[in-house]
Parts: sequence; structure tokens; C-alpha cells
Amino acid sequence: MSADIVVTGFIGGDMVRFLPEIVLTVMGTLLMVLDPVLRKRSSSVFGHLSIGALVAGIAGAVLAYSHAGQAFGGMLRVDGFATFFRVVVMGVGILTVLPSYSFLKRQGAETGEFHALLLFSIAGQCLMAAANDLIIIFIGLEISSIASYVLAGYLRDDKRSNEAALKYFLLGSFATAFFLYGVAVVYGCTGSINLTVVHTLLTFGGSAQAVLLGVAAALMFVGLGFKVSAAPFQMWAPDVYQGAPTPVSAFLSAGPKAAAFAVFLRIFMTAFAPIGRAWEPLVWLSALASMTIGNFAALRQTNVKRMLAYSSVAHAGYVLVALTARSETGIAAAMFYLAAYGFMNVGAFAVVSHLSGRGEKRQSIDDMAGLGQSQPLTAAMLSVFLLSLIGVPLTGGFFGKFYIFKAALESHLVWLTVLGLLNSAVAAFYYLRLLVVMYMRDPADASGPVEPLTPAFRVALILPAVGTLFLGIFPSWVLDFAARSAALVK
Amino acid sequence: MNMNLLTVVLFLPLAGFLAALGLPRSSAEASRRWALAVSLVTFVMSLGLLAGFDRTAGGEQLAWDVPWIASPNIHFAISVNGVSLWLVLLSTLLTPICVLISWRSIRNRAKEFYAFLLLLEFGLIGVFLAQDLFLFYVFWEVSLVPMYFLIGIWGHERRIYAAVKFFLYTMAGSVLMLTAIIYLYNQAHTFSYAAILNQLSSGELRLNAQEQLLLFLAFFVAFAIKVPLFPLHTWLPDAHVEAPVAGSVMLASVMLKMGCYGILHFCLPLFPGAARRCSGWIAVLAIVGIIYGALVAMVQPNMKKLVAYSSVSHLGFVVLGIFSFTQQGMDGAVYQMLNHGISTGALFVFVGLLYERRHSLEISDYGGVATAAPWLSTAFLITTLASIGLPTLNNFVGEFLVLQGTAIAHFQWTVWASLGVIFSACYMLWLYQRVFYGKVGEAVRSHVSDLRAREWAAVVPLLAMMVWMGVYSQTFLPPVGQVTAQIRGMVENVSQRVAQPAREVARVR
Repeated sequence: MSADIVVTGFIGGDMVRFLPEIVLTVMGTLLMVLDPVLRKRSSSVFGHLSIGALVAGIAGAVLAYSHAGQAFGGMLRVDGFATFFRVVVMGVGILTVLPSYSFLKRQGAETGEFHALLLFSIAGQCLMAAANDLIIIFIGLEISSIASYVLAGYLRDDKRSNEAALKYFLLGSFATAFFLYGVAVVYGCTGSINLTVVHTLLTFGGSAQAVLLGVAAALMFVGLGFKVSAAPFQMWAPDVYQGAPTPVSAFLSAGPKAAAFAVFLRIFMTAFAPIGRAWEPLVWLSALASMTIGNFAALRQTNVKRMLAYSSVAHAGYVLVALTARSETGIAAAMFYLAAYGFMNVGAFAVVSHLSGRGEKRQSIDDMAGLGQSQPLTAAMLSVFLLSLIGVPLTGGFFGKFYIFKAALESHLVWLTVLGLLNSAVAAFYYLRLLVVMYMRDPADASGPVEPLTPAFRVALILPAVGTLFLGIFPSWVLDFAARSAALVK
Repeated sequence: MNMNLLTVVLFLPLAGFLAALGLPRSSAEASRRWALAVSLVTFVMSLGLLAGFDRTAGGEQLAWDVPWIASPNIHFAISVNGVSLWLVLLSTLLTPICVLISWRSIRNRAKEFYAFLLLLEFGLIGVFLAQDLFLFYVFWEVSLVPMYFLIGIWGHERRIYAAVKFFLYTMAGSVLMLTAIIYLYNQAHTFSYAAILNQLSSGELRLNAQEQLLLFLAFFVAFAIKVPLFPLHTWLPDAHVEAPVAGSVMLASVMLKMGCYGILHFCLPLFPGAARRCSGWIAVLAIVGIIYGALVAMVQPNMKKLVAYSSVSHLGFVVLGIFSFTQQGMDGAVYQMLNHGISTGALFVFVGLLYERRHSLEISDYGGVATAAPWLSTAFLITTLASIGLPTLNNFVGEFLVLQGTAIAHFQWTVWASLGVIFSACYMLWLYQRVFYGKVGEAVRSHVSDLRAREWAAVVPLLAMMVWMGVYSQTFLPPVGQVTAQIRGMVENVSQRVAQPAREVARVR
């Protein structure tokens, strides 16, 4: 489906602006074709190739940014914002591939198609990040989603993995339909699906169909709220994150979420910005509900993946707080937070994928007992991720929260800020539980020793930890860029 | 030179922490020696601050200010004043002592233990030096993490419960403080403490009475949890009882002072009007804490718990002194902060030494220790007498000043608070009697030996400080007085200005 859209639009400088998507799609297709040939030689070659593609994709995104501007007659808009999210989703991709080497080997499921699907999904997300047109957004969303439905069910013989895929697919398509319905209503009201055009029409054209446009915004909110697992559309997240192969859960919790938030910000802060007063209460409520439901449900979990799933619902709530602020500071804060979240959450899931063992048997919190002694490096890195998720200073998670709530207070959302911050104190409790088990309990003997670290996995741990700490100590490097590119409408 | 000295004192423990992570796991000895060396060098360097500090000039000194984050504009700004100087010295003095007393008791995962101890020292010194509200918050939270691990990994049976409770209590308070800090930033467009004070005094930044009250409370609750002020004290007995000795000492001696220092250094100057409005009920809570802490201490069967509740009582005096808004009361409060650091720190050291020998914290397991370990008993007696406020020892000076100050402001406060002094004599002397006198049990005779050379090294500096601070308070008080006088001036001046609009607002409503 994606192929003809990709092929038809090749005209001049547009190609450069479309470079990341081209690189990823070509490499994804190649991996599929070469799968039977390469599989005999070496099993890790797929991983190397996809990391190569992602690095090339990031380089492509940077190159595209040097030719910033619109492409394909305004369908794409390559600006700082798009580049930021393209780099984030491809970075998340790299952080997903690294731990998947040993994971796939352990499950005996090393194939090219895993990596190909991953690359397709990321290509879709890159498209979402740069899209400036509701149909392109929809296409990106579908490319990304369909690949990730398959990824969730990648372990074919695992019942839970199958259940996760089915659930994700059914609910996901349902949500996408809502989104598409919203697109149709917007087109009906304004006669355009280009975000910039819609923005101009709404700003100057008055509010003849204000109610209908409100409905469109609400419909799109449902579709996107599902993708970012915001309450009350979060029900799928725990089951899918728990059932999907752990590297895939890591990917789902960061990549599609970041891309969906990119779309969220792009649509609501450009096209729907003029009717901001109408949708603000909706997002306000959803932000508070996500934080509260996510954190309080996570308190009671015993399965680490499920706990991280609920925590990701809560984190979606924090980003929605930034959206509620409806300001450029808010956009920059959300961008920064999603980058930091990419590092810390993928890192935390990477540790789980390492510990869970063959057939993903060990996923309960108690299975982590004594990790501080048996694998000090793994435990120390997980501590960095957890402290960042709590929001302790000198980590990226802290600055992310800080900027979000700073933006919220600037927009006079005092109550949302106070409730959100109290929520983050509640959240400290369940993250601390992991720290307690790792460092303050003796190793559980029944589960057997944890496998030693492979070099690739070592990188998969240290890279996100360094990223998390870097964002916590020198946040301005990323924040400045985010702040500069937060002006979506010019 | 001076400029660098402050940063040297601050960053040495951090460098020591990072280097300690690289030490071999197998050798506990190497980690101990390293931690001792780093903390001693830090202490010597911090003594250099005394030379660089101008005792007559007052104000913030030895300032060091570099931009850290461009947007929002956050500076790494540190400096020292007449109050924080002594608190920094208290931290640097107690860290090597903590290393010494953990020498034998910490065998398990010694490398991490000493690394966390150094990280804790870094956080604590940073809290007392930070002059940028954001930086202050960073250090405030950073000091929380190592203490959480110290309690949770090396503590006693219920350590996990205590560690989590400690973390959550502090976290809940500090998120409110963070809200207030961000709110202030959005109004003042700076995190610099000095700049915000300037804006407030020049009238450039105006906070209405309600804003002031809410911001004051947000800061105050965070600090009051740390002090701890009744009824927010419930984490303290758990944390103290379950923590390893070094944890208890650092917690009691330095960490609780973070709260007192915060109230004095931030709450009063930033929100003088609100502080005045709230002083009545805060004083009542402080007095309730003094009496309640003392009464509960009296009935404790566990030595550590007894000392922990006595802390609640002693710190009530500090809060009471601060909110008397008199020169004597505030001087006494600061002096009492230092006294409590020395004498309660010493009490925890002794309790730790007894536990190391007899492996029990229950008072009923002891008796006749004076026969078995006469030197230990003598040293404990001196500390006990210091703690109950015997003249010529340190606590007397502080308690006297606090009571004198409150008597000037509100005589009935003094009457109630002095009950605490009497009670403290009861529970401490009774403790001493039950543990050190009486029949010598078999377990005590065979296990409780007298002080060893290393333990003497840990104890003597504390005993010497008790006498010095009790006999010659002029070493310490003049720099303190300059700072408190300045803060008192702010509270009195601004409260008159703010009282006017506040009444108008009330009338309009």
C-alpha cells in the first residue's frame, strides 16, 4: 500500500526531504528479499543491516533538515519539529534492535522479517512526523500500525503474543477508523485536508461549523488517544505490552507513541489551534485520568512488563499536560519529554528482555531479587532508568517533567500541575519497589542464574543510560533545538 | 583561590564517589580506606573555608557562579554564609566519623556503602551552598537517593518499609516545593535566589497575600517533613531505627538540618508576610512536638527509637526559636541545629557501638555496662549531659537562647517549651541508669568491651566539640548572628508593608 505513494511523488528536492523514509523502506524490502540467502550465513547480519539502515536514516533526516521546507505540494513539511521526531523514532529503533540480538537468539526466532517489519513501522512513524496533510498522516499511521500489529504477534507459538497481536489489531483498527472519520468531517467542513490550509480557514473564516469541527477534533482525539495509550483509551496497553515480545513492547511504548504525539501536536497545535478553547477541557481531563489511572493501576502490578505498561499510560498523561498548556513552551516540553522517555523506557524494557529468559518465563518483580549482586551493571543501569522515570534530578526524566509542569504553570494550569506532581510522588512507590527487590532482597534461587551480558546487550544498556544522564545534566542541547522548532505555524 | 575552595569542598566527595565505583568489589578494606581518605581531605579543605570566610563582613561569601543550563536560565551558583558555613563543617566533620564507626559493622557490599556515603556528603554540602532555587532542589533530591539505599540495603529487619516511607514522605513534600519554585520562576523569570529577593524588596515582583501564603506553605511543608515537625514526623523513628549507624548519624545530624536551614534561608526571606501570619500555629506545632517527642521517648524500650523521638523534641526547639522572630531565638535555633548535630550524632554513635557489641537495641538487654566498659560509659555520660542541657556543655547555650528569645516574644510559649527540657533530663538519665548501672548480666560482661583506638578517634572530636561549643560560643555565634539579624530585618520590614494590602484584600472580600 505504501509503495505507490512512495514512488509517485519523486520530484526534485522533494526526494531529499523524503530521504529517511526511502532508506528505511528500501532496506526493509531488501531484508525481506535477502532473508533466505542471508539466514544460512550468519544470524546476526539482519541486526547489523537494520542498525546500518537506521543510522543512515538519521543521517538522511539531518540532510533533509538542511533542505528544510515543504515537499510534494505541501503534503510533507520537513522542519525542526519533523526532524526531531524522525531522529527520536529512529533512535528508538536502534535501541530496540540492540537488545533484540540476544533476545531473538534465545527464543530461536532470528529472521529478516522481524527487522524488516521494524523498519517499515519506523518508516511509517517518520512519515507521521513530517506529514502536514491529514491523509498522509493516516497513511503513516497505518504503515506504522500494521507493521507493529504483526510485530506484537511475532512469537507465533506463544499464546500471549498471539492474544496481544489480535487485541492490538482489533482495537487499533477501530481507533484508526475514528481518526479517519474525523478526517472526513474536517474535509466536509473546510474542503481541505492540508493542516496549514485548515488552520488559515479556521483563523480567518470564522466558526460557521464550530460544533462539527469540535466533533472532528474529538474523533481524532479518540484515534490518537488510543495510539498514545491515553485514558480512557488505555485498556489495550497492559495486555499488549505484556504479551508482545519484550523488545517489541519496548518499541511500542516509545516509537509509535512518540510519532502519534508528533501528529497530536501537529494537528492540535496547527489546524485546531484556533478552536483550542473547545478541546482544552477534553485534553485536561484525559491528562489527569491517564496520570491517575496509570499510576494507581501500576501500584498493584506484579508483572514488570504490565507495570511498565501502566507507567507508560501515566507518562502519556504527563505529555498531555504539555499539550493542555497550548503554548510553544508546551510543545518544546513535550518534545523533550518524549526524547527522554525514549531513552529511559526502552532501556528499562531492554533490561526486562534480558532477564526474562527463554520463553519469557521470568517477568515478575520478584524474579529481579538480588540482581544488584548477581549483575551489578544491569542493576545499576536499570536504577538509572527507574530514577529517571520517577523524576529524580540529574536524569532526563526529571527535566522532562520539570519543563512540562513549567509550561503548564505558565498557562495557569495550577491544579493540573499540583495533581500531576503529586501523581509523580505516587509513581515513585512502584518504581522504588523494583529498586528494593534488586538491591535489598537476596537472590531468588529457584529461577536459576541470569545469562551473562553479550557485547551488543552491554551497548543496549549503556547507550540509553548515558542518554538519560546526558539529557539530565546538559538538557539545553536538546531543549534549545526543541524550543526553536516548536513554532509549528509560521 | 577562595573562589575555588568552595567548589573543591563540594566536588571532592563527588570525585571520591566516582572513583570509589571503580574500586575492586572484593576488597572492603580498599573502599574503607578510600572513603576515609577522601572524607578527611574534604574536612581539612573545609577548615580552609574558615580562613577564607570574613567573619565581620556578613552576607554571602566565596560565591562561585557559572551558567549551567541556558533556557530556562539556571546557574550553578554556590556561596556560603555564617549559617551554612557551620552546617557544611558539620557535614564534613561527621562523614569521616561515619566511615570510622562503620569500619567493622559494614562487611556486606562495602564498596557501595562507602560510595553512597560520599555521594550523600556531596548532596548535603550542595544543599547548604546552593544559591539558585533550581540547584537547591537538585541537591535536595540528590541527597535523598543515597540515604534511601543506605537505609534499604544495610539497615535492620524492617529496613525496606522504612526506606520507602522515608523516600515517599520526602518526595511528596518536595514536589510541592518544586511547584512553588516553578511558580516563582514564572513570576520572576529567574531562579537566582538573590535576584528574586531583590525583585521582592524593590517591588518589581509582587505576590498578593494569597499567593504568598500558598507558596510559603508549599515550601514549608517540604521543609517541615524533613525537620520533622509534628505531625509530619512519623517517618523519622522508622528511618532511624532501621538505618545502619552511619545512616542514623548522617540523618539526625545533617539531613534534619536541611529542613531547618530551608525554613530559615528560604521560607522567611521569600515570604516574610506569610511566615508572620503562620507563626502562631507553627509555634504551637513545635511545642506539641517538643512535649510529645519527649513523652514518647520516655516510654521507648528501644534505644535508637528513644534517641529518634528525642530528636523530634529537640528540633521543636529549633522551629520555635526561628518563629519567635527575635535575635536570641533565631541565634539559639541555629546554635541548636549545630548542637543537635553533635550531641545526637554522638548518641547514635554510642548506640551503634553498643549494638556492635551486644547485638541488641533493647534497653532491657543491657545493665551494668559501666562496669564492663568504663570509658565508653564516661563518654556516653558526657553526651547525655550535653543532650539534656547541662551548663558548660553545648545544648545549654542553644536551649537557653531559644527560651530567652521566645520569652521576649510570647512568654506562654516559653513555659510550655521548658517542660521539654525537664522531660529530656528524665528520659536521658533514666536511659543512662538502666543501661550503664545495675547488675552486670552475663551477656554484657562477655561481649561489651571498652572503646578501641579507632572508636576513640571517632568519639573524641564530638566530645571536644560539645565542650568547646558549651564554653566558648563566641567562636560560632557572631557569623550566625549577622545572618539571623538580616533575616529578622526582612521579616519585620516586609511584614509591615505586606500587612497593609492583606487587610485590604480581606476587607474587599
